Amino acid sequence: MDDIFNALILLSNFVIVPGMAYGSQLAIGALGVTLVFGILRFSNFAHGDTMAFGTMATILATWLLQSWGVSIAPLPTALLALPFGIAATVVLCLLTDRWVYRFFRREKAAPVVFLIASVGVMFVLNGVVRFIIGPNDQRFADGERFIMKAREFKRMSGLSEGVAFKTSQGLTILTAVVVVIALFWFLNRTRAGKSMRAYSDNEDLALLSGINPERVVLITWTLTAALATIAGVLYGLDKSFKPFTYFQLLLPIFAAAIVGGLGNPLGAIAGGFIIAFSEVTVTYAYRKFLAYSIPGDWAPEGLVQLLSTDYKFAVSFVILVLVLLLRPTGIFAGRST
Amino acid sequence: MKKILFATAMAALISGTVNAETIKLGVILGYTGPIESLTPDMAAGAELAIKEVSASGALLGGSKVVPVRADTTCTDSAAATAATERLVTSDKINAIVGGDCSGVTTAMLQNVALANGIVMVSPSATSPALSTIKDNGLFFRTAPSDARQGQVLTAILKEKGVKKAALTYTNNDYGKGLANSIKTNFEKAGGKITISAAHEDGKGDYTAEVGALAAAGGDVLIVAGYLDQGGKGIIQAALDTGAFDTFVLPDGMIGDSLPMAIGSDLNGSYGTVPGTDSPGAAKFGDMAKAAGFKAGPFSSESYDAAALIMLAMQAAGSSQSKMFKDKILSVANAPGTKIYPGELAKALKILKGGGDVDYVGASSVELIGPGESAGNYREILVSGGKNTTARYR
Repeated sequence: MDDIFNALILLSNFVIVPGMAYGSQLAIGALGVTLVFGILRFSNFAHGDTMAFGTMATILATWLLQSWGVSIAPLPTALLALPFGIAATVVLCLLTDRWVYRFFRREKAAPVVFLIASVGVMFVLNGVVRFIIGPNDQRFADGERFIMKAREFKRMSGLSEGVAFKTSQGLTILTAVVVVIALFWFLNRTRAGKSMRAYSDNEDLALLSGINPERVVLITWTLTAALATIAGVLYGLDKSFKPFTYFQLLLPIFAAAIVGGLGNPLGAIAGGFIIAFSEVTVTYAYRKFLAYSIPGDWAPEGLVQLLSTDYKFAVSFVILVLVLLLRPTGIFAGRST
Repeated sequence: MKKILFATAMAALISGTVNAETIKLGVILGYTGPIESLTPDMAAGAELAIKEVSASGALLGGSKVVPVRADTTCTDSAAATAATERLVTSDKINAIVGGDCSGVTTAMLQNVALANGIVMVSPSATSPALSTIKDNGLFFRTAPSDARQGQVLTAILKEKGVKKAALTYTNNDYGKGLANSIKTNFEKAGGKITISAAHEDGKGDYTAEVGALAAAGGDVLIVAGYLDQGGKGIIQAALDTGAFDTFVLPDGMIGDSLPMAIGSDLNGSYGTVPGTDSPGAAKFGDMAKAAGFKAGPFSSESYDAAALIMLAMQAAGSSQSKMFKDKILSVANAPGTKIYPGELAKALKILKGGGDVDYVGASSVELIGPGESAGNYREILVSGGKNTTARYR
């Protein structure tokens, strides 16, 4: 009996818990992409770097708070700094909209023009973030690191495998739930949310019925900035902050949004978890798991690893290609580009 | 016309004699990149030797030596080649102290040093592949080859009673060479490497890599990576998931920033870094302190690299690489008067008088084979959140 528990605990430690946390981070990131796509009608390639910018602003605020001795231990100080980071990112997003996207919107430019413009914004943000905080790893997590340590779990349960549950992972999952509920409530129940959905469904009809387009754009960017900052800070707390890894996050985030169906918030969440769990399960080595769950000495000699961890990013590519081939609108039938 | 002729004649006279000139030494290390926390002390080590020689006024009729820095980035061969090319062609450096990481050092040697006939003495490139590379007698290193580090690490593992170990290495020339050396030696000694897996530097999350390592299992995890990069990430993820408790840290992982970043969980881990308990090391430590830097990993090797170049110049009576390259081995090894750090002026005088020196320096330099250090290692034990010296090997 212990063996089965050990097998399950082992899987939780290396697959389920990290997968849940990573999935939540991707889901919040993908929500931002999908909002911009659904309402402003373009693929925002600058999203990864918007996340980096938001996280950077939060880190700077965290350091300031830490230097003042402010702390909300056992929770990380970064949570306290988060509103500041969001505010800075909102300002950034509104400024880029003012300086870049508004011009193209007035021109009624094709989505692909927007897309290329966003690539430009991406490079500029890339540089800005590196210029301000540098290209290196920054650690800003403080407070209690673990909710449950692997060693403590082993001692408490008497099992030979332990499961570690980091504070950052718990926070990530909890925050993701709260953010998703709040977002859906906003989109479905409030006037502003309804006007956004109307604008997304049919721009001309929405304009005729008196919805102010600039207001819709403003709210969309505000939401996107908030989502990007939250996703970025959670990822940074859980892993570490480095501008380049945020730039790389763009791929799994887009894969998540497309798999779920671009423009569909529910799809973005499902897509986030699908991508995260695919990446983790395909690259996990199952040898020890099988050794516990198979009776006797049938444990395999090899690692039983489908793909080397080097191919993690390839997994999102493969899923992306499969979805685009078989169901271009994504699982939840979003808009096809 | 007369005046011009006179001036030209004077100028020819002055430059004709072996008189004071300004010798430039390139100090080409990875000031940015995975070992950027080590390079400032390394460069300071090399520049300390340069300053000592310049101040003595004893080199080649009172020549001054100036250091010129350039960045290898440690990982980007193209950037390292370009930086070296610039120093050789436009700054006209006479020799190179560097590079640091094995991959970029190979690129610098093959693309620039060989083509221009410039002597390179690397303080920290340790890949076994550099022992057999074609170098026209231009390449030396004051760091030992990792083939030797594999033997030393194996001896330590055997003493600690480790039978099975998992191994992960940074995916480049340094990591692969070292991993191979550890695996061959450890398995020859009867141990078992359960898995030898590469990891990429610069990722945000290493849980998946650690998952594979944990599945293979082992008493300890050997991390042949970089302390400011993936190596740190792997250790953090392994501790977080409770996969491994004890880590074996080869030279790329030894530095103060690692125990500081990981904290008390790293206590009990052990490793090796080139080093020696010779009187030279202690002396160099004091000199470094007085000069305001730390005698960190590879900084004594850097001092020795610069010192060897300048002593060889004196022995050959020329600052040209093609002239002094043959003198490096003879000033580094016996016979001759033993020379310790801070005694460079004395060595220069002996050489001027036609005597012979045996440069011991800060890291007990003894060049073997194709011109690489025989290898003295310091066994490191992490305890109380600090790297402490267990013993010398």
